[in-house]
Amino acid sequence: MRAGTIRGLGVSPGSAKATLARLAPPVATASTDPVTEQPEAALGRIEWALGAVAAEMAERADRAGGVAAEILSTTSAMAADPSLLEAAGRQLRAGSPTGHAVTLAVAEFCAMLEAHGGYLAERVTDLRDIGARGVALLAGVPMPGIPAPGHPIVLTARDLSPADTATLPGSDVVALLTEEGGPTSHTAILAKSLGLPAVVGCSAAAELPDGVMVSVDGSTGEVRVGPDAMGGDRTGPTTRPAGSSAVAAPAGPGRTRDAQPVALLSNVGTVADAHAAAATDSEGVGLFRTEFLFLGRRSQPTIDEQTEVYTDVLTAFRGRPVVVRTLDAGSDKPLPFLPLGPEDNPALGVRGLRTATRYPEALADQLTSVAKAARSAGRSVRVMAPMVATAEEAERFVGTAREHGLDDVGVMIEVPAAALRAGELLDVVDFVSIGTNDLGQYTMAADRAAGALGHLLDPWQPALLDLVALVGAAGRARGKPVGVCGEAASDPLLAAVLVGLGATSLSMAPVSRPAVLAELRGLSAEDCAVIADAARSAIGAEQARIRAREARDQRWSVPA
Amino acid sequence: MPSRTVTIASRVGLHARPAATFSRAAAATGLAVTLSVADSAPVNASSILAVMSLGVGYGQAVTLNAEGEGADQALDTLAALLATEQDGQ
Repeated sequence: MRAGTIRGLGVSPGSAKATLARLAPPVATASTDPVTEQPEAALGRIEWALGAVAAEMAERADRAGGVAAEILSTTSAMAADPSLLEAAGRQLRAGSPTGHAVTLAVAEFCAMLEAHGGYLAERVTDLRDIGARGVALLAGVPMPGIPAPGHPIVLTARDLSPADTATLPGSDVVALLTEEGGPTSHTAILAKSLGLPAVVGCSAAAELPDGVMVSVDGSTGEVRVGPDAMGGDRTGPTTRPAGSSAVAAPAGPGRTRDAQPVALLSNVGTVADAHAAAATDSEGVGLFRTEFLFLGRRSQPTIDEQTEVYTDVLTAFRGRPVVVRTLDAGSDKPLPFLPLGPEDNPALGVRGLRTATRYPEALADQLTSVAKAARSAGRSVRVMAPMVATAEEAERFVGTAREHGLDDVGVMIEVPAAALRAGELLDVVDFVSIGTNDLGQYTMAADRAAGALGHLLDPWQPALLDLVALVGAAGRARGKPVGVCGEAASDPLLAAVLVGLGATSLSMAPVSRPAVLAELRGLSAEDCAVIADAARSAIGAEQARIRAREARDQRWSVPA
Repeated sequence: MPSRTVTIASRVGLHARPAATFSRAAAATGLAVTLSVADSAPVNASSILAVMSLGVGYGQAVTLNAEGEGADQALDTLAALLATEQDGQ
């Protein structure tokens, strides 16, 4: 396959690069399949299969919450619809094989919905999925679904059904690319609610071979395809330590070989994420992105609605710490109820905490909700603000949060100014958390969405490591926690470097935790410092990675 | 036969979620309730797929029919549901 660029409709902003994986295809049925049972017996089995599909959708709806729950319960109702079963019965009596009768019954309603166009036509995907699941059950084959290769993937499909998208949180999928679908398709709605970059309506995606490296830009709709997808971006292929999969994953809390604790926390973006993470060894939530509650909404979520979601997450993690990040919106993630107007440089515009100066009520409501949730869950909570540049901003945020009864208040370090003056910030906050993705973008003056600048956004850039070192040293001097919650924390070798630079906790997708834990358990705190020094002594990202690897290989040993 | 004609209040029309809510409510009456729009045959109101297949839009008039004990009361409830905005997505 030649390198090149194809286009679709960007419906969920952000960009990611990974190998392409196709959704497991549904079982095909045909009128020529053997008829193996009497119509009455066949109808009984179809009723069972559709009932099982409806029950599974209803169960997923219970687990999913929010937008996904509404869509899934509607899908469940469609699967349980008596009209669908009646249509299948007619097909059986006309001599159709069992599985094919389901396909034809589904096709009958799909044709009617498609004839209406628009929103109704887009529900066809849900209906086809019901049919595909029913047919798979009848044939006794695995359900069609999302591949789980254990490394990041860009998932491609004709279109995604609610059932597929509901299992996206916690999966290996870092971006979505579909051949069909419009701005109101489930793929678009759910991708936005999950914060996954997505491009839909890209018919050329049908021609892409599995395993090719693609870079998806959910803002522009551009999909780069090729041997290396022409440069990196925020996600990139996640690197894992050599042989880490062969080492039995240790369990328990994060710490170095010499028992220095390093809390290994989870980044969560939805309630479903939170429940999945809470079921693991994860020591808490280092970054609870609250955007999913706001994006795709026409009106601001109410205090009651927010409180319910925050309570759910806080309860799921019981005694473990949870850091709630206040709304990180801006003109690249516009919200109808917080209009900010067009900006030439959204990344440098009114975003993160800066939106609070324009709309103080939105922040106040969110802080009220977080405080109510903590009371209702009977536990503590931490809050932090994104996009803080100065100690004054940090102090104002701390003041506002304390007025709302929140007493563990921090800020994110994403702006170089905040890293350079980390000491001043730490004097007024209880903790800081470094967002390496944005800190990298602002340090290198390289837009995260610009694929051609991928090499500058490499988290191994020594300039970025220098800034992390400044923050780490400031934290140590004051005895205050310094977390890292960017992509960098999920790369085991880089995680060791971050600990060496003074990070006291690392927050990542739960799937990355075992490899990071295994890496840290095999190194002492001093080893980490030596590896960090080796990385910072390098010129350029590639050399930093190589030097760190050499230092690590001399020191790492199988955890005792 | 008791009958009600009502205008759809949901902005998205009688689609996915509003249709699910409506067909569930229709099924809950325990009566054979039908839904029809001008020029179309009545469909089973308890069937979300049949209801969605009518493609009823915002502001469009629909007619509900039901027979049996409690039909009047059931139709009042269902008509009130259709005359109420139910956020689309």
